[in-house]
Amino acid sequence: MMECLWCAKTIILDITWMNLFMPEKPKPLCRECVEQLDQLDGERCKLCSRRSEIEFCLDCIQWNKHATKKTIELNYSIFAYNPFIQAIITKWKYRGDYVLGNIFQSYFQQTFKDTFAFLKKDAIIIPIPLSEERLLERGFNQAKRLAEFLPMETKEILTRIHGEKQSKKTRAERLDSKNPFFMKEKLQKPVVLVDDIYTTGTTLRHAASLLRDNGCPKVYAFTLIRG
Amino acid sequence: MFDNQPLPEKSQLDKLPFLFSGKLLLRKEIALQDEDFQKLLKAKLLIQLKSITKRNFVYQCMRCGNQRPSLFATIPCHRCKNRHLYCRKCIEMGRVLECEPLYEWNGPRPDWTRHLAPSSWDGELTVDQQKAADRMVLAINNQEKELLCWAVCGSGKTEMLFPGITEALKHGKRICIATPRADVVRELRPRIQQAFANVTVQALYGGSDEKEATAQLIIATTHQLLRFKNAFDLLIIDEIDAFPFHADPSLPFAANRARAAQSTMLYLTATPRKEHRVRINQKKLPHTFVPVRFHGHPLPIPVMNMVFSLKRDLKNIQAPVPFLSWVKKRQNSTRQLLIFVPTIRLAEQLQETLATIFLKEQIIIAKDKLLFVHAEDADREEKVNQFRQKELTVLITTTILERGVTFSSVDVAILDAGHEVFDEAALVQIAGRAGRSADDPTGEVIFFHDGKTEAMIQAIQSIKMMNIRGGFA
Repeated sequence: MMECLWCAKTIILDITWMNLFMPEKPKPLCRECVEQLDQLDGERCKLCSRRSEIEFCLDCIQWNKHATKKTIELNYSIFAYNPFIQAIITKWKYRGDYVLGNIFQSYFQQTFKDTFAFLKKDAIIIPIPLSEERLLERGFNQAKRLAEFLPMETKEILTRIHGEKQSKKTRAERLDSKNPFFMKEKLQKPVVLVDDIYTTGTTLRHAASLLRDNGCPKVYAFTLIRG
Repeated sequence: MFDNQPLPEKSQLDKLPFLFSGKLLLRKEIALQDEDFQKLLKAKLLIQLKSITKRNFVYQCMRCGNQRPSLFATIPCHRCKNRHLYCRKCIEMGRVLECEPLYEWNGPRPDWTRHLAPSSWDGELTVDQQKAADRMVLAINNQEKELLCWAVCGSGKTEMLFPGITEALKHGKRICIATPRADVVRELRPRIQQAFANVTVQALYGGSDEKEATAQLIIATTHQLLRFKNAFDLLIIDEIDAFPFHADPSLPFAANRARAAQSTMLYLTATPRKEHRVRINQKKLPHTFVPVRFHGHPLPIPVMNMVFSLKRDLKNIQAPVPFLSWVKKRQNSTRQLLIFVPTIRLAEQLQETLATIFLKEQIIIAKDKLLFVHAEDADREEKVNQFRQKELTVLITTTILERGVTFSSVDVAILDAGHEVFDEAALVQIAGRAGRSADDPTGEVIFFHDGKTEAMIQAIQSIKMMNIRGGFA
């Protein structure tokens, strides 16, 4: 018997000829909960994954005009932010219900396979780190959990100094903030940064900028949610 | 005692029992610097308890009592560098990790004030209320373990508690009133504080400002009981029959732990569940019964109304014809209208349809005089207030308004009363929303259904029974 990881209801599978002979993988969520996730499909900004009719959204055009140097090539996200996924993320990372991460496993793997197929084998996955203080408080890093789902080499070579939570800052404060990251070792390979949410992209750009300064030729971002 | 390095200061030390006694805490809920904390541990003023235990191959969370395997999970813990269990059940109150103990106060129990005359309430109880109140005082003075107060909807049970609370405060007892809903905690707090003006009162619920729980008189949601152990000399459990106390085994677990060794537990209910009724009949659970409303009028008896096309009408988001004709020819058309529906979706869908029809029939003067409300509605408090202030004429609601709320003059309709969410207790409670004020002590209650259910029959029978016991033959 399976229980939905989110609403704890028993999941009842419709039996078809297909799954009678080929049992499906256990599903983490029941159908009602799956339907509440807002998966990004259709037109999106090629740079930041925001829903957008035009190829590049106005924010990205603006950003590129003022950018002094290149940071991330692009960000790819799977879900749009809505109250449902917000509740899951809150319980997962702030309350610390570690197992909720499993909800995203198959989405994360499949989308990565479909989207980043062009990467060479030597690309490295780097999860956005938490500061030591935050890590002690939460017990785990949600970005690392997401990175573990991916079938490529992961290196935790970034560290982060303790500061205020990004989610507590205003947009202006975020865009203006100092780079909180440090690098433990040099790396001369393409990188995919992994994090749970892309909001203004500042965190990811800070990390990417540091990586590029230290030899990474290209840096991509792969995030669960486009905020 | 402290190896010659006195802990905080003496004055602060005296406060510690008030801060920590009667609680079961996580380290992060203890607002002390690590140095002071370690001293308390060393002095055995705080002791550790294992947070997740294993017995007969079954794990149990020692804070919430959870034993369900699916509500435990493992985490690769950064603090202890091991992979171990945590409890998912009570995680909203702060995560219980297997590698971290729970802490309990082991020092002297605090000396709560013995109030000479704590009550500042100047109201009067009716004869029936006074009888029940006297029985409660007796139970408190004799330190009886438990007493159930069965009081019909609208009998004024909060006021009935005042003599008992007064008595407990005179003896320096610590008191907790636990109720299932945060709304009710918020509503009770000012009423209780006003009735006991010189007593410290705190309200605890998820998101409340007061978090410390250091008061002698505490009003809390039943979930908050999970933070207490051996704390209360008088524990009053309001709406003992209500979800979630009735549905969640961790809440009785917590209530039993939260009471002190020599304590009295009072249960309040208008609709006791079967388990309690059986124990009452077996004379294993002492009880007191209040069959009459405070205004002395009988309970309105619901009327069943069969609608053959009910399911189809609701599916097509149409108002059933018998429902509309009832609305138009009610005995007293100045009453507000409270419409219960089984699901949030239906409440939402019906709003537009009913608003249009009611406007045409001049039951409402504008479309925004009809709104709907449900549990996840952010404006829920405001809408209920508007309805109470009579700024709204009609309110469509899910079962969230079945209990704990008073509107002065309403007629009540249930659409699809045969739905499984409307069990006997819910139906009796819903019927109890009508006729609550002395100015308009009656009201119509109609169950629209497409097939009688056992719950509907039982509910009507039990309301008639209560009226008979109340002397209305």
